[in-house]
Amino acid sequence: MGSLNLKSVRKAFGNHEVLKGIDLEVKDGEFVIFVGPSGCGKSTLLRVIAGLEDATSGSVQIDGQEVINTPPAKRGIAMVFQSYALYPHLTVKDNMGLGLKQMGAPKTEVEAKVAKASGMLSLEPYLARRPAELSGGQRQRVAIGRAIVREPKLFLFDEPLSNLDAALRVNTRLEIARLHRSLKATMIYVTHDQVEAMTLADKIVVLNAGQIEQIGSPMELYNKPANTFVGGFIGSPQMNFIEAGRLGDKEAKSVGIRPEHIALSRENGDWKGKVIHVEHLGADTILYLETEVTGLLTVRLFGEHKYDVDDVVYATPDKASMHRFGADDRVLR
Amino acid sequence: MSKARISPLRSGFVHLALAGYTVIALFPVVLTIVNSLKDKNAIFRAPLALPTVETFSLIGYTTVLKQGDFIGYFQNSLIVTVVSIFFALLFGAMAAFALSEYRFRGNTMLGLYLAIGIMIPIRLGTVAILQGMVAAGLVNTLTALILVYTAQGLPLAIFILSEFMRTVSDDLKNAGRIDGLSEYAIFFRLVLPLVRPAMATVAVFTMIPIWNDLWFPLILAPGEATKTVTLGSQVFIGQFVTNWNAVLAALSLAIFPVLVLYVIFSRQLIRGITAGAVK
Repeated sequence: MGSLNLKSVRKAFGNHEVLKGIDLEVKDGEFVIFVGPSGCGKSTLLRVIAGLEDATSGSVQIDGQEVINTPPAKRGIAMVFQSYALYPHLTVKDNMGLGLKQMGAPKTEVEAKVAKASGMLSLEPYLARRPAELSGGQRQRVAIGRAIVREPKLFLFDEPLSNLDAALRVNTRLEIARLHRSLKATMIYVTHDQVEAMTLADKIVVLNAGQIEQIGSPMELYNKPANTFVGGFIGSPQMNFIEAGRLGDKEAKSVGIRPEHIALSRENGDWKGKVIHVEHLGADTILYLETEVTGLLTVRLFGEHKYDVDDVVYATPDKASMHRFGADDRVLR
Repeated sequence: MSKARISPLRSGFVHLALAGYTVIALFPVVLTIVNSLKDKNAIFRAPLALPTVETFSLIGYTTVLKQGDFIGYFQNSLIVTVVSIFFALLFGAMAAFALSEYRFRGNTMLGLYLAIGIMIPIRLGTVAILQGMVAAGLVNTLTALILVYTAQGLPLAIFILSEFMRTVSDDLKNAGRIDGLSEYAIFFRLVLPLVRPAMATVAVFTMIPIWNDLWFPLILAPGEATKTVTLGSQVFIGQFVTNWNAVLAALSLAIFPVLVLYVIFSRQLIRGITAGAVK
């Protein structure tokens, strides 16, 4: 009902190539997240799928149908924008119903669908209001409602949470996850926030400089990063990268180890070092060490730990969780 | 804390300056209206005096209303002004939308070309315009004036409106595209309501010179049936004798329609500003 197939999609603005050949397959009902640093082309890719930007070359198929020459309204998609993009002069109800009305749906059908969507998002009390009379979170729910009403094959989300404050962001995130479960619709979601990506996605697509670095489930990306970029991008605090030569490894160029995969002891261990900074977060304690072997090293301990600056400690990595990367920054298996 | 509040002395000076400016701006208008209510001798004996029981006279107004078809002149002025504003706003907004929304070759050059009209007065082309109108058989028609004034209003309209249209969120227009609105619907239903304050500004700037213009009515439409108010008032200004009562009365009357139009647009202006303040 809602699959998506991209084949070598390229997009250039003048001489500047933003998308350098994207191949991607999204199955029906999947929640796929495009994640990457700013300027990596993730929003442009979403716009190409929506039909708001023309691809320079390549093919976009929705449900097996080539849509590269189809206008956005006829692609069977709905989009939720970062800035909500509600029509300021229409009420919540008219905002949600406009798309259907434009398609020529009968009035009763529009009413019914708007009522259903507003029920799902608990928007009933606000149906007669204009967007200006709503809070940020409510506006974003209306924008999501507007997408639901269209019953699209494909939901597209363009950084929908970045304009909300932290508490609201978590709530809306839950709401989107719940919505995906109940609608069983295909969703494509763009974000630069790896927490959103890890918590919502069935499948994450990591983009960098207009290319796909890796596609996989959140845990695949966490446990088996394909290259140093994905290793560094997924996980917080960032993965430690150590020059392989320092560890006596002649084959690899660098070795990556996540901060949470390092054990710490005051008595003995592999790498002796000194604490240079400590962050107490309650649930975690994050230490920054300067060790003789590896240089700067971030260590994440769970729970509270009494370490002070200038304490001498020994760090021991979990050998099974080390990632070895070759000269081309790709992982060595 | 005290810095945030403006000191009474400072606000006093500001108000003094504003009040002074108001007096200077209103003085000629008030003088015109006051003198239009006096008889001829009183106008010359004491131009600044208010009309008293002896000097009060409506002779100017009666002359104006008796001589010539002044209602007709008013009608002509109104038709020309309103229709010209309408077309200047409509076509100006359309051109501005195209310039700000679509990427095409020569976009910047076209924008500059259209803005040149702000710097070059349209009167330089009077001879060519007259020749054109004669050839098209439009001399002594209101259409001729409307065409010229629309052209005169376009550059400023395009310049101001395209700047404003750039500020309308792309996401909003894209949301409309996904909802199946045509480009025309996006223009008329999403973008135009959002740039309404700018439209009102342009309307006011376009309106005043059109209403006050004497040049083009004199050249293109001097016939009795197509005279505008400014041209009609010229009847009373002669080479040797000027009927000041009538001139002043005509000018006083000419202020009101344009004042009404201004009030309408400035309401829009304020309403537009408050509506646009919230996202």
